[in-house]
Amino acid sequence: MLAATVRVTRGLDSAEEAVQDAYVQALRTWARDGVPDRPGAWLTLVARRTALNAMQRRQTLAAKLPLLVVPDDGAEAATEAEAEAIPDDRLRLVFTCCHPALAQEAQIALTLRYVCGVATRDVASALLVSEATMAARLTRAKKKIAAARIPYAIPAAGELAERVDAVLSVIHLLSTTGHVAPTGEALVRDDLTDRALDLARMMMLLLPAEREAAGLLALLLVHQARRATRTSADGALRRLEEQDRAAWDRALIGEADRLLVAALRAGPPGRFTLQAAIAALHAQAPSQEETDWAQILVLYDELLRVWPSPVVALNRAVAVLMADGPETALAEVERLERDGALAGYRYLPATKADILRRLGRDAEAVDAYRQALALTGNAAERRFLEDRFGAGMARLAGGPAPEGS
Amino acid sequence: MAQYAVLIYERVAPEDLPPEIMEAHGAVPGKVAALGGKELAGLALEPSATATSIRGGVVTDGPFIETKEVLAGLTVIEARDLDHALAIAKLTPIVDGGVEVRPLLGFVIVEDT
Repeated sequence: MLAATVRVTRGLDSAEEAVQDAYVQALRTWARDGVPDRPGAWLTLVARRTALNAMQRRQTLAAKLPLLVVPDDGAEAATEAEAEAIPDDRLRLVFTCCHPALAQEAQIALTLRYVCGVATRDVASALLVSEATMAARLTRAKKKIAAARIPYAIPAAGELAERVDAVLSVIHLLSTTGHVAPTGEALVRDDLTDRALDLARMMMLLLPAEREAAGLLALLLVHQARRATRTSADGALRRLEEQDRAAWDRALIGEADRLLVAALRAGPPGRFTLQAAIAALHAQAPSQEETDWAQILVLYDELLRVWPSPVVALNRAVAVLMADGPETALAEVERLERDGALAGYRYLPATKADILRRLGRDAEAVDAYRQALALTGNAAERRFLEDRFGAGMARLAGGPAPEGS
Repeated sequence: MAQYAVLIYERVAPEDLPPEIMEAHGAVPGKVAALGGKELAGLALEPSATATSIRGGVVTDGPFIETKEVLAGLTVIEARDLDHALAIAKLTPIVDGGVEVRPLLGFVIVEDT
């Protein structure tokens, strides 16, 4: 509804006011005449009319001020058909919020606030900043949108793929932020992963021809399917090999598979489709040992080709560990260490520690676990690393390893 | 239409710019018009070594901010919105550097009175 109203006002603040007004009007009118058949459409139409009226007032008052936007010709004759145009409006809004001219942290905040309709206070707590900081961040971003005239439009065909990628990156980042909260107690912040899943569904529905939108949705569906098993009852982290595969949501995995098959048939896969294919192979495997690691390694090679990133290279090293053994994997990880691009990234020493542990090089493993511990702020991840660290120390001391190591 | 400044940052000194870059600059206004925009003004600066700065009344040699990429010039353009302005700015011939696009708060040419 907000999205549909912004198209008329071209300003998020005035659109919000109009939406508020529509709710007030609804309370009055519906109490008198009863609730209409399609309350959502009714509210949107009233909000847009209110916004138009307010705009026309402002235009008369300040005819010489530059107008942000000229309203659509048809906007006055509000009809049911107009309410059907909402999907396009949502798409325009998401492209504005995820415009590359805005910093990515602003893109994320704007998307949560204006596409998902999350209150500023809740956006702030989800992204672990104070409400005042978040309000200031949103205000700065809105000022830039207005001053630089970031368009409220679906990008031209030539730019569409690149701009879709920017939107999908924001959605993916939202999901991973929710998946492993960088700091704090809970490993999973369900609200963020839920929002990300909703947004991915929306992108898939609104841009059915963009294969990567389907790829991202498939990826998030597989994550969602495994979500309940990622932590134990007391909130401790469970690794993939320790998760109860019988408890994975098969319906979601099936939906992801169908999306993936269609996306892979339609053309060469992009980075989200490849990540989804890797996640789906994990989800299909009856156990860690029976996973098709050779196929996963092939997918990682392709992923590294389309998306050369040190984080992908590190994840690939885990596939190397399973497919080719710990010696080869250790060489890969040490190469990444020398490269330096992942300095300060907690999963680098954590991965190295796990490989060293499998090689029986406990003294070096303990050292690497210590480095990883110094870098993680998430309580559940810390507990996992501390357990592994303690087990390594116990083995070094010649004593029995604690249970679960 | 909105107005934007396109600030041109270039590592190659003006005297070292190849002639084809200078020619390309001349062709820009036509290309901008073909995109539906307009180039309103263009300024090319002498090398930053020729700059003199005044800070709090103190006069010093050199540019106000020392950077690897120096401000080499700027154009003022008219565009529908930021996406249009960015498409126009991408036409700027650069050897080694880039451009910054800034919306204009005002643009005045002072007439003789």
